[in-house]
Amino acid sequence: MRKTYKLYIGGAFPRSESGRSYVVSNAKGKFLANASQASRKDARDAVVAARKAFTGWHGRTAYNRGQVLYRIAEVMEGRHQQFSAEVSASEGLSISKARAVVDESIDRWVWYAGWADKLAQVVGSSNPVAGPYFDFSLPEATGVVAVLAPQDSSLLGLTSVIAPAIVSGNTVVAVSSFERPLPAITLGEVMATSDVPGGVVNILTGSASEVGPWLASHMDVNAIDLCGIVDPEEATELEIAAADNLKRVRRPAEEDWSADQGMSRLTQYLELKTVWHPIGV
Amino acid sequence: MSRFEYAPAPESRAIVDIKSSYGLFINGQFTDATDGKPFKTVSPASEEVLAEVSEAGPADVDKAVRAARKAFEKVWGPMSGKDRAKYLFRIARLIQERSRELAVLESLDNGKPIRESRDVDIPLVAAHFFYYAGWADKLEYAGVGDDPQPWGVAGQVIPWNFPMLMLAWKIAPALAAGNTVVLKPAETTPLTALAFAEICQQADLPPGVVNIVTGAGRTGQALVEHEGVDKVAFTGSTEVGRAIAKSVAGTHKAVTLELGGKAANIVFEDAPIDQTIEGIVNGIFFNQGHVCCAGSRLLVQESVYDEVLARLKRRMGTLRVGDPLDKNTDIGAINSAAQLAKIRELSQIGEDEGAERWSPECELPAHGYWFPPTVFTGVSQAHRIAREEIFGPVLSVLTFRTPQEAVEKANNTPFGLSAGIWTDKGSRILWMANQLRAGVVWANTFNRFDPTSPFGGYKESGYGREGGRHGLEAYLAH
Amino acid sequence: MTTLDSGVDSLADVTSSEDRLRRFLLGLPGVDQVGAEARAATLGTRSIKTTAKAYALDLAISMIDLTTLEGQDTPGKIRALCAKAKRPDPADPTAPQVAAVCVYPDLVATAKHELKGSGISVASVATAFPSGRSSLAIKVQDTKDAVAAGADDVDMVIDRGAFLSGRYGLVFDEITAIREAAGDAHLKVILETGELVTYDNVRRASWLAMLAGADFIKTSTGKVSPAATLPVTLVMLEAVRDYHEATGLHIGVKPAGGIRTAKDAIKYLVTVNETAGPDWLDPELFRFGASSLLNDLLMQRTKLATGNYPGPDYFTLD
Repeated sequence: MRKTYKLYIGGAFPRSESGRSYVVSNAKGKFLANASQASRKDARDAVVAARKAFTGWHGRTAYNRGQVLYRIAEVMEGRHQQFSAEVSASEGLSISKARAVVDESIDRWVWYAGWADKLAQVVGSSNPVAGPYFDFSLPEATGVVAVLAPQDSSLLGLTSVIAPAIVSGNTVVAVSSFERPLPAITLGEVMATSDVPGGVVNILTGSASEVGPWLASHMDVNAIDLCGIVDPEEATELEIAAADNLKRVRRPAEEDWSADQGMSRLTQYLELKTVWHPIGV
Repeated sequence: MSRFEYAPAPESRAIVDIKSSYGLFINGQFTDATDGKPFKTVSPASEEVLAEVSEAGPADVDKAVRAARKAFEKVWGPMSGKDRAKYLFRIARLIQERSRELAVLESLDNGKPIRESRDVDIPLVAAHFFYYAGWADKLEYAGVGDDPQPWGVAGQVIPWNFPMLMLAWKIAPALAAGNTVVLKPAETTPLTALAFAEICQQADLPPGVVNIVTGAGRTGQALVEHEGVDKVAFTGSTEVGRAIAKSVAGTHKAVTLELGGKAANIVFEDAPIDQTIEGIVNGIFFNQGHVCCAGSRLLVQESVYDEVLARLKRRMGTLRVGDPLDKNTDIGAINSAAQLAKIRELSQIGEDEGAERWSPECELPAHGYWFPPTVFTGVSQAHRIAREEIFGPVLSVLTFRTPQEAVEKANNTPFGLSAGIWTDKGSRILWMANQLRAGVVWANTFNRFDPTSPFGGYKESGYGREGGRHGLEAYLAH
Repeated sequence: MTTLDSGVDSLADVTSSEDRLRRFLLGLPGVDQVGAEARAATLGTRSIKTTAKAYALDLAISMIDLTTLEGQDTPGKIRALCAKAKRPDPADPTAPQVAAVCVYPDLVATAKHELKGSGISVASVATAFPSGRSSLAIKVQDTKDAVAAGADDVDMVIDRGAFLSGRYGLVFDEITAIREAAGDAHLKVILETGELVTYDNVRRASWLAMLAGADFIKTSTGKVSPAATLPVTLVMLEAVRDYHEATGLHIGVKPAGGIRTAKDAIKYLVTVNETAGPDWLDPELFRFGASSLLNDLLMQRTKLATGNYPGPDYFTLD
């Protein structure tokens, strides 16, 4: 039986409110499926869902968020075959290479899962101010992060841009690769069947060029990753739009998804909060 | 004498030697501007012209950026961290040596009370250079990898509220990390930055490592948009910060922005009341309220509203407004005619929207730019004075009933720079600190600053941090 | 934060039982140490010059309780001190007199005799000063002896042990008993803040003393370090200010011990002025318990008048 590929918003799987879908082909041009083509209004709904989920997700203990991310990896493992088939078809990789990509993607979730309860220790600080004050700085999630996922790496790349945002308590609206959306939809299904609360990750399939500007200019989005924007001029336009509410912007850059990811995407979506209190009797 | 009237206690002006005109500081030399008109900087307390200052045009900015680039490539970049540190330590010492002069100069040009420039601004300036000097040869421990690299040339634009302190916040970490800088001070307060240029000369800092270009918005824009700038750092209004974020879009430039705020200062019924009143006063009247993190929205628990207001008003009655150089002045002059007009306009709007305005009786000097300490009661979240940054000695008072309501109101703003909490209950402090979406949370204190303590905002208050290890990180490529 | 709205009636009410008294004292707003000390430090940066300084120096002299409380005190010592009190600067008759001379009870009669007609009060410490470790009967008798010998002011000590162990009723009852024994004499209640340690305790003890009938609250005996400090005095001034707000009554404040320079004394006067207000800039409501302070005030006074720095040899040591 063939499956219907839909959007993933607020923990549910709606079709695009625009009623549009588009043909997804494999690397050789053969029809694979019809994917929902997300619209401006779908983006709007996804931001609302992400904002609604933020307080609860960000309020969870780091230990709990780490476990939820680890659970994503576990559930993905159970769908290994499906992911491998979709990555293989989407990216034109042999099934064994696709399997390796899925392995790497699962490993990446595990890697980021472990960061949840270490970030504050690595990024935070106790500040020895010159006075009778206890002063410390802690990282906190920025808020709602829009992610325009890479166009090429449909699962490993997608994982590598979503996981660092949510592990610290942000919620995400992700726009998948346009031509390779199927692993993204399946990842949404993994989210729905693991312990990720609805709205923490929202996945839109469709065109980053079409939906991106609405996310970039959305005043309730706090940060945006322009990774999936290929045209530099388009990226500039989005960065300009993002400045309206001073979004934290990650510009597109050469990325090697197989490499050690380092902390830069993790820290991109963190705010540092410094708290002072007098020390006295 | 029936009352204890404090006689005038003016700090001597003789310690400062202001030249009649200043050029730009480029490549280690004061040079005339090639394409800008000179402008005057006045003392806001008297409207007396203090000096004529050059306006740097695009060609001058270009010259400065080239000088900085050359210094970065030939001298400062290749120099060992250990040697960079020595220059910074030397600068810190020179600032300490000349601290009284710098304090007087700052108060003259800015209008802030000498007590603050002497006891807060200038000691913190020296402390910042001291702190970052120590980082210069320890960059591999800054948390950005084994081989951290500077960006190159930093273009820095600073505001008029803490002229020299903002200079220190910008220049000290930039130089420690190995960048060279072109800095533009605010057009109404250029004098301490020019004095700093002399300090660089006294410290034998290699030419081009620090360049100071004076001017207004046009000069700042030319600097920020210059192709040779790798890193932009700006402190100022959200409006200009937004324009800068747009102008650097699509470039390679790294940016940090420290912008406006509308901080909630939240008072619970179990607060240590006398220190709370001091904290409210310090929160909004420190530096005439020209503070991005000022506690301009006072949120008081309804059960103690009357008492807090009565005590606050009584305390405001003892504030001494007047000559910034008088050592007993608490509130000095508003920095400029334009800022005064803005404060007056927003205060008028507050009245027009139905809030009740109150100021203690205080005689304001006949000349200069002055605004009395002012409190608005009967303010709601919908009022413009509760939403917009006034950047003056104007406090809006709102009430709340529960901690949850306090958090909701405090966070209900596009800004997120700072917040204050006053309560004797430890667990409530931590809960509140957790809930508040602000970069700096002061609990049972307010407006404290330290070079080791990161400072910066959430949301439209900007991004990046200044101070501490995190402030250093902003000047390292990663 | 409950004190201001309470009013006189309810304040009388809070002393109606030990339980209510305890709840009232524990319900007083807390004092943040760092904030209180920062405020005192800022007040200490006020710069008092020329005419204001002249005013402050004379006011400070007129507020001194010139004190000697030593085991080696003799009638001779007291006579010398009283002469100094009456004419602090033999070279300058415009120098004001001090407010009082403060001695042990057995020397009250001597002091009284020496100061007769001068308008200078005699203050006597009492109640097993400085530790207060005696029975109430002895403390009462000690007080009565002092008053009988002519003391205008009685400086009593509170039972710090009782206070620190939370027996506020006992402390209250003792003060009221001494209040009664002192009759018409002014009652100064010494809190010995150096032993109370926290500002929260200082605030509670201040209220306790005022509720029990103190005319003055006094920081210290001078026998415990730290004695008077500016922030402790600030907290006590806040207490008398708030008590006045609640009752309309003016209670005095006396920092004692450790104030040795004119510069320090002026910081205290600034703190009085900007905390309790100008009403308290009066020897009736503010005193310095001190001895060596007087000469420094006189030296500064001379410097201001003549423009020359004076030397200690030109001022009498008594």
